Order: sequence, then C-alpha cells, then structure tokens
Amino acid sequence: MSPSAYLVVAAILFTLGAVAVLVRRNAIVMFMGIELMLNAVNLTLVTFSRINGDLDGQTMAFFIMVVAAAEVVVGLAIIMAIFRSRRSTSVDDVNLLKF
Amino acid sequence: MTTALAVGTEPTAVAAAGSTAESTLEAAAASGLFNYAWLLIAIPLVSATILLVMGRRADRWGHVLGTLAPLASFALGVALFLEMSSLPEDGREIIDVLYGWMFVGSFDVELSLLLDPLSMVFVLLITGVGSLIHIYSIGYMSHDSGRRRFFGYLNLFVAAMLLLVLAANYLVLYVGWEGVGLASYLLIGFWFTRPEAATAAKKAFIVNRVGDVGLALAVMLMFWQLGTTSFEGVFGAVGLMTGGAVTVLGLLLLLGAAGKSGQFPLHVWLPDAMEGPTPVSALIHAATMVTAGVYLIARSAPIYNLSSQAQTVVIAVGAITLLLGAIIGTSYDDIKKVLAYSTVSQIGYMFLAVGLGTAGYIYGIFLLLMHGFFKAVLFLGAGSVMHGMNDQTDIRRFGGLRKAMPVTFLTFMAGYLAIIGFPGLSGFFAKDKVIEAAFDHPDTGWLLGSIAVLGAALTAFYMTRLVIMTFFGEKRWTEDVTPHESPSVMTWPMVVLAALSVVGGALLLSPWLHPLETWLEPVLGFEEPETPLLAAWQVTLITLVAVGIGVTMAVVFVGRRPVPLSRPVPVSPLVRAARNDLYFNSLYEATLMRPGQYLTRLLVFLENKGIDGAVNGTAAAVGGLSGRMRRWQTGYVRSYALTMMGGAVVFLIAVVAVSIG
Repeated sequence: MSPSAYLVVAAILFTLGAVAVLVRRNAIVMFMGIELMLNAVNLTLVTFSRINGDLDGQTMAFFIMVVAAAEVVVGLAIIMAIFRSRRSTSVDDVNLLKF
Repeated sequence: MTTALAVGTEPTAVAAAGSTAESTLEAAAASGLFNYAWLLIAIPLVSATILLVMGRRADRWGHVLGTLAPLASFALGVALFLEMSSLPEDGREIIDVLYGWMFVGSFDVELSLLLDPLSMVFVLLITGVGSLIHIYSIGYMSHDSGRRRFFGYLNLFVAAMLLLVLAANYLVLYVGWEGVGLASYLLIGFWFTRPEAATAAKKAFIVNRVGDVGLALAVMLMFWQLGTTSFEGVFGAVGLMTGGAVTVLGLLLLLGAAGKSGQFPLHVWLPDAMEGPTPVSALIHAATMVTAGVYLIARSAPIYNLSSQAQTVVIAVGAITLLLGAIIGTSYDDIKKVLAYSTVSQIGYMFLAVGLGTAGYIYGIFLLLMHGFFKAVLFLGAGSVMHGMNDQTDIRRFGGLRKAMPVTFLTFMAGYLAIIGFPGLSGFFAKDKVIEAAFDHPDTGWLLGSIAVLGAALTAFYMTRLVIMTFFGEKRWTEDVTPHESPSVMTWPMVVLAALSVVGGALLLSPWLHPLETWLEPVLGFEEPETPLLAAWQVTLITLVAVGIGVTMAVVFVGRRPVPLSRPVPVSPLVRAARNDLYFNSLYEATLMRPGQYLTRLLVFLENKGIDGAVNGTAAAVGGLSGRMRRWQTGYVRSYALTMMGGAVVFLIAVVAVSIG
C-alpha cells in the first residue's frame, strides 16, 4: 500500500486527539487525547522515514516515546494531587488565574 | 593726511568755508597709559562682583568699596583725558584691542575699546557724576539694610555704562546696552517687596526690550550688508549701502535709542522708574543711562549724515517728546515725577539737536553734559527734601522749606536756574545753542525753533511751579515731619554739582580750557549753517522772553494764590489729559497689555484643557484598553488550548502558502 494512506490515518488520529483535548472536561481524557496526538506524530515520522529510506524519523519516534512516557508520569502525578485537594477532575474548576 | 574713516563716504553735507563736515580721525593703536583703559570698566565690575557675591559679610564696609571703585575709575579717566589732550588734534583716536571674541566664518568680532574725544567726555561724566552720587548714597541709604546690594548694583551699572561708551564696535556696545538695562531693572525694583516697584522695574525692562529689538536688528543689518559691526568698518563702508538701507539702519538705531532714552513712543517707563531710590533716579534716569540713546545717535553720525529721512524722524521724535514731557510735567504733584517728565523733555531737546546733523551733534552732547549736572543736582535735592520730610513726595505737602533746608534750597535753585536757562548758567548756553541750531535748520527751521522755544517756556513754568510749591509759600507739612537739613555726606555732592551747573557752560565754551566744540569736532564734525534764519542775539532774546513768560505765569497762577492740599477736580480737558500722561499709558494698556493678558489666559486654558487633556487622555485610553484586554485571561485551560491551536493552524497555513508560492 502507498505510504500516504498511513499519513492520512495519522492526520485523522491527530485531529481526533486535538478535538479530545479541546472538548472534554475530564483531565484524564484530555491526557488520553494528548497521548493520541503524540502517537499520531510518531506514525507520521515512521512513515516519512520509510518514504525517505533513512532512519531519521524512526530515531525521532524513539525520542518522542521517551518524552511522552516521562510527561505522562508527571502529568498524572499533578492530576492526582489536584484531585486529592479538590475532589474533582474537571479542568474548568482550576480557573484561579483569571483576571 | 589720509583719513581712514572718510574712505567710501561721499561728502553729503555742503562744506561751508572753514569748517569740516565729516570726522577726520585716524585710529591708532593703544600705547602707554591707554593700555590700562580697560581698568576703567574692570574696577567697578570687580567691586560689584565682590559686593554681590560676598553677601551680608560685606555689609559693614560695602559702601566704602562701592564708592572707591568709581572714584578710582574717575581718577584714571582724568589721567587718560590729560594724556589724550596732549596728543595732536587729529591723532586722538585710540583703539585698544583687548581680546578676540568671536571668529565665525567671515564674522570677526573683537572685544576692543575706542578712546576718542567723545568717549572720554562720557567717561568723565559717568565716573565723575557717578562718584558724587555714590557718595550721596552713603548718606541717603544709611538706614537701609540693603545698602551693600545697592552699591553692588550701582557699580555694575557704572561698569556696563562705561563699556557702552568705550565700545569700538556695535556688538560690544550692545553688551553694555543690555548691561545698563539690567542694572536699571535691578535698581528700579530695589525695594522689590513693594508691588509698585516690582511692576515699574518690569515695565522699564519690557519697554526697553522693544527698543533693543531695533538695535539688535540694526546690528544684524550691518553684519548682513557690510560684514562688520566695528565702527571703523561700518562708517567706512556705509556709503556703499543703498539709500533705503541706510535709512532703515538709521531708523532701527533710533528705535533702540528711543527705548533706552525714554522718548516718544517708548517714554512710558521713565516716570514709573521713579519708584527706585532717588540716587538711582539721579544717576541712571537723568545723567547717564537715558543719555545712552543720544550717544548712540551721535556716535552713528556717519550713518545719519547719509540719510536725511532718518534725521527728519529723529528730529520729529525729539520735538514731539520735548513738548509731551513739558506738557505732562506741568500737571503732576509728585516732585520726582515732575523731574522725570522734565528729563523726558530735555532729552527730547538732545534728540532734536543730534537730529539736525553736523550742525547740532556737538550741541546735543553739550546739553547732555550740562543736563547731567543740573538734573542730577535737582534729583539729589529732591531726595534731600524727601529725606527731611519723611519720604513724602507730594509737593502739596511741602512749602516754606527754604528756611528749614538752606543748603538744599540753594543747590536746588542753582539747578533750577540752570534748567530754565537763566543767562550765564550752563543751561543757558546749552539750550541757546540748540534752539539756534533748530531755527537754522533748512526749510523747517521756524517750526522747530518755535517748538523749542515753547518747550523752554513750559519748562520755566513747571520748574517754577515746583520750586514755589516746595520751597516758598506757607508751610503745608503733615503732622509727623520736622524738616531738617541733610547730613554733609549728602550735601557736599549737591554743592559740587550745583557749582558745575552754574559755571559748567562758561567753562566749556571759554577759550582758556578745552572748548568743547574744538574737542569734539574731529569726531562729530561741525558745520555752521549757511544762512541762519535769525541772528544769535535774536534767538537769545526770544528764548529769554519765553522763559520770562513761563516764570511769570507760574508766579501769578501758583505763587500768588494759596495752594490747595488736594488737587482741584474741575479742570480743563488738557489738564485732565496731562494728569493721565496724555493717555499714553491707557492706550498701551488697552492695545497691548489687555490683549497680552487675554492671550496669556487663552494659552493657560489651552495648556490645561488641551495639552494636559491630551496627556491625561492618553493615560486614560491606555487604562481603558488594558481593562478590555485583561478579559482574555479567563483562567480556563481549554480556551488557552484553543488559542494555541488556532495560532498553530495559522502558522501552518502561512508556511504552506510560502512554500507553495
């Protein structure tokens, strides 16, 4: 199959992830959207690596996976801390930095 | 002998046989004693600096230093005069270059002094009469806590005036000109806590400024047309200017002179200047500063000789002022104001004389000198009277003072007889010559002569009125005064000046000492009129008759009747006009002062509403804008995320568009 199909799938995944971040209120679900976006980018990079015939894209995908893992750890820890003090996971409730 | 100053000028005056029309001096460099001429200016200037900078620490000895300075200058001036008189007649012009002041492109100005017969005459007048008035001030200001400051300002004035008359170019003259204006402001407003004095000082300075514009423009015109402002350069090249330009130059110089000398239409500051202490009135507003205008015109003789239109305007200004001062002087009851208007009128005579050209320059200067003596003694006498009468100036409150203040009375009478032109005294010779020269002016001599004679009659009238109401008649004193003679430190200068008023004329015209005519002729030029209108004895007779009429009318109308204590209210329109300064002050107030005030108020309004409004408005706008913009900080994470998303999309589109296009 042509590599462009993979690109289209990755684009769709990215859009779905972006919409999830923008629309959902639950912090955990937003995180899932972010992960989805990151994985869509990974797919794009690997596809381009295959198209170009070198390994640069696959190397970057490794980096992104590591960063994503670290980010999830830190993010979930923050969400746990907020949940403990507020008993709510809705991101709309953390609006203290408004004017 | 080649004459440096005559180069380039065409002979414009018809030279009558036996007399030189133009000046014939050739400049020489300074040598010997003349190298020290700068000390004349430096000594009073250093003294003024010491007195003003040292402040109250100098209060005990300030007046002594302040008096010694002009005396030292006088001694040096006499030495220079004697040195100069030992030189041959056409070798008496010395230029002493002190220091190169400005060299800008083709414009070279040096700080240089010109020592010639005319400037020596003025040096002696300024330092001599000035020293006498300084001595008088020791007594007059003895009760004043600001006496040291007074002497500082007086010395500053003497230094500036000397710089004015010793300048060798118009720019240095302008420095001295401004200096005397400053000193006049400081001295008129000496008692600055009095609002009238402060206002009078401002008025004097501002009216002077109007005249100074004329002088400044004249200097600029000289530089533009001739490339130089030195006397030598200007007088040598002025013949190359067009007639119109020369006339404009003459008129601008006249504007400056009229401002400084208090002539029509800029005479309004002089009577108000009487708010200053009386020695100031005597020195500055009688003997020296107000004569600076006459000096300027006489010094600029080569310019005026080339433009008869400018000369006519000078004559007109002099004639109008002469009558104006005399008419107003008849109606005032304040002794100093009468003398002030008398000064305005007498300087009108001087302007009339110097406007007549080479026929009159010397007589104008002669009258200036004699006026310096007799007007100074009159002012000092007025000060002495005021001193003895507890600073009262209203002559309706005087009367019968001749027994109480004999020395003052006698010296005042000497000045009075001189000013009305009593035969034999200095004023007689001076005024006579001026009136004679006026009559002999071509075409309009009879008009000018008649005006001068009318002025003499009015002068006799108001001076006699003043003398009668002050020294004769019944005593009309207020309760709190006991008139007493002034101390000798005040009366001795008056005696000296009175003696000079009496013998001065004969002294200067007699053939034994330097007759003034031959002394000044090489500088100013002199020309006898070809066909005199009247013989000299006829002029003298007419003048004496006029003076006699004036004196008689004063005796009849003032002396024979009892003097009312307050001025009579129902009076003729002319008297009412004269009491209101012929409405000049009202005119200037209405046309200049009120619009100026409105303009000021308008500008303040514009400032507050307009400029402040713009600045404050900008601040308010910024505040409002920030109030709107902070609503973007909603605190909602999702709206921030959306914004970031939107920004990323825009960026992406831009990149794609650039790479495609």
